Amino acid sequence: MTTKATPPGAVAPTRRRGIETARARQAIWLLLPTLIAIAVVAGYPLYRTFFFSLFEANLTTPDQRSFLGLGNFWFTTDEGVPLGFLQDPKWWTAVRNTLLFTVVSVFLETVLGVIIALVVNSAFKGRAFLRTAMLVPWAIPTVVSAQMWAYMYNDSFGLVGRGLLGGQALLADPSTAIWALIAVDVWKTTSFMALLILAGLQSLPGDMYEAADMDGASKWTQFWRLTLPLLRPALLVALVFRSLDALRVFDIMYVMLGANNAASTSMTGYARQAMIDNSLLGLGSAVAVAIFLIIMVIVVMYVTAFRVRFD
Amino acid sequence: MYLKRTNPFLFYLQRVLFYLLVLAIAVYLLFPFLWAVLTSFRRAGDLFLPPLQFIAAPSTLSNYTQVFTNPGFQRGLLFSLVVAVASVLISLLLGSFAAYALGRFKFKGKALILYIILAVSVFPQIAVLGGLFTLVQTTGLFNNPVALIFSYLIFTIPFTVWVLTSFVRDIPGELEEAALVDGASPLQTLFRVLFPVMMPALVTTGLLAFINCWNEYLFALTFTSSNRTVPVVIANYSGASQFDQPWGPIMAASIVVTVPLIILVLVFQRNIVSGLTAGAVKG
Repeated sequence: MTTKATPPGAVAPTRRRGIETARARQAIWLLLPTLIAIAVVAGYPLYRTFFFSLFEANLTTPDQRSFLGLGNFWFTTDEGVPLGFLQDPKWWTAVRNTLLFTVVSVFLETVLGVIIALVVNSAFKGRAFLRTAMLVPWAIPTVVSAQMWAYMYNDSFGLVGRGLLGGQALLADPSTAIWALIAVDVWKTTSFMALLILAGLQSLPGDMYEAADMDGASKWTQFWRLTLPLLRPALLVALVFRSLDALRVFDIMYVMLGANNAASTSMTGYARQAMIDNSLLGLGSAVAVAIFLIIMVIVVMYVTAFRVRFD
Repeated sequence: MYLKRTNPFLFYLQRVLFYLLVLAIAVYLLFPFLWAVLTSFRRAGDLFLPPLQFIAAPSTLSNYTQVFTNPGFQRGLLFSLVVAVASVLISLLLGSFAAYALGRFKFKGKALILYIILAVSVFPQIAVLGGLFTLVQTTGLFNNPVALIFSYLIFTIPFTVWVLTSFVRDIPGELEEAALVDGASPLQTLFRVLFPVMMPALVTTGLLAFINCWNEYLFALTFTSSNRTVPVVIANYSGASQFDQPWGPIMAASIVVTVPLIILVLVFQRNIVSGLTAGAVKG
């Protein structure tokens, strides 16, 4: 603080500096409750997860643990039994399914989100109604939308499962289940995407479109040359948020497929089964660490590749 | 506009296609929900009917009476409400302190604190599940709503801090300077001067945080056994017998849980859109 140069023309430099240090001290006090809360609910549990990932430990008796190093990740017994989760094909199925789910659903949400946002942004009768309707899927709790769709996919009652597909149990077959789940996620979260894109569209300057009209550019050209490039920042932020949400997906898998199949469909489902259902705190923590690292790597990739700015 | 004169056919074709697109979007967004509403008013025996007869079948309120007389569901509603309201209030209080400091004060390490808070909001809940579980167990809070109230702070606090900080930055500084000259302490300034101005932002942020808490499933499923919140109750809803398919009651319970949210969202529509974009675009 003392090394800071006094701005030229300041009347009473010491007094001003005094106020600034006082303000800085007050700021710390105002921030302290939040920082403590974050340390308790995020910092400490995260540290524990990293800690337990190096141990063999049971969820009910976490104090009776034995050090394993990276054995939870990769470990083969003397009899040749592979025990690390990286050696478990089910984990890799979960990773593949989660990545497929993320890439496809985020892509579809972006395309549909742009279309819906463009429609809602143009003037027509009933625009207010459509804008309101847009919020409905987003307002529905995830578990509720999972149950609604599970009912529609049901092979003996459902509109889709029985009506459209003539009694095919979509959710029973893993190869079709993942697409059924993608459809649910796209339905539920396209609105969120469309909302963010709509906000971006509304901040675009109107006079540029007038100029483009004067130059005789078609609507199609205007979209690709003007709208899309200008929309880039809004689109990127929406993309980052949706991708991170999709990567940690859990609810819809767990509700629609049940605990065991959810474990081979979502990374979080796999971690939860190991940690909670099987009580393997150490192994589950190791999986959680892996998920944490995967997500952090993707965040860093997004931020550096697209130079996303958050402030 | 001159397309209407030069080529009326093309003009009207465009209009028709556009309205078909609007109709398709509306149906896509609303149909699954409307179908759930319809199902919630149908008797169990009518679920097998083909769609047209299903729509025409007589309505009944029996699913709703069954849901509301179910003690598990009643408790679920109560616990969901208590947990969500409590964590929203705590995070609004702490969040507005932090937002005031981050939005109005200059000090070293401000950027670092903002990035830490942002990092907490992107990291996956599963990364803290094990640690929180052992914490919940050793403090004897397993199956206690207090465990959920505290664990939900992990996503409500970063969210409220980010949205409120961006809001506090936009408040004109003169307001606060006047209070400062009058000799008000920071807390007095915050409560007497800024809170009234921040009311709309507090309501919006609170509502969005409430929706997140109302939705939460992973922690609620893991940290409770009988004191379930409503999403867990709905996910586990089972019929009277093993062979009963209680889709009617499940849909009724789903509607009961969703309709208040939809009403809130529609009433606060404008605020929500601005809150969401502030929260997302700025963090």
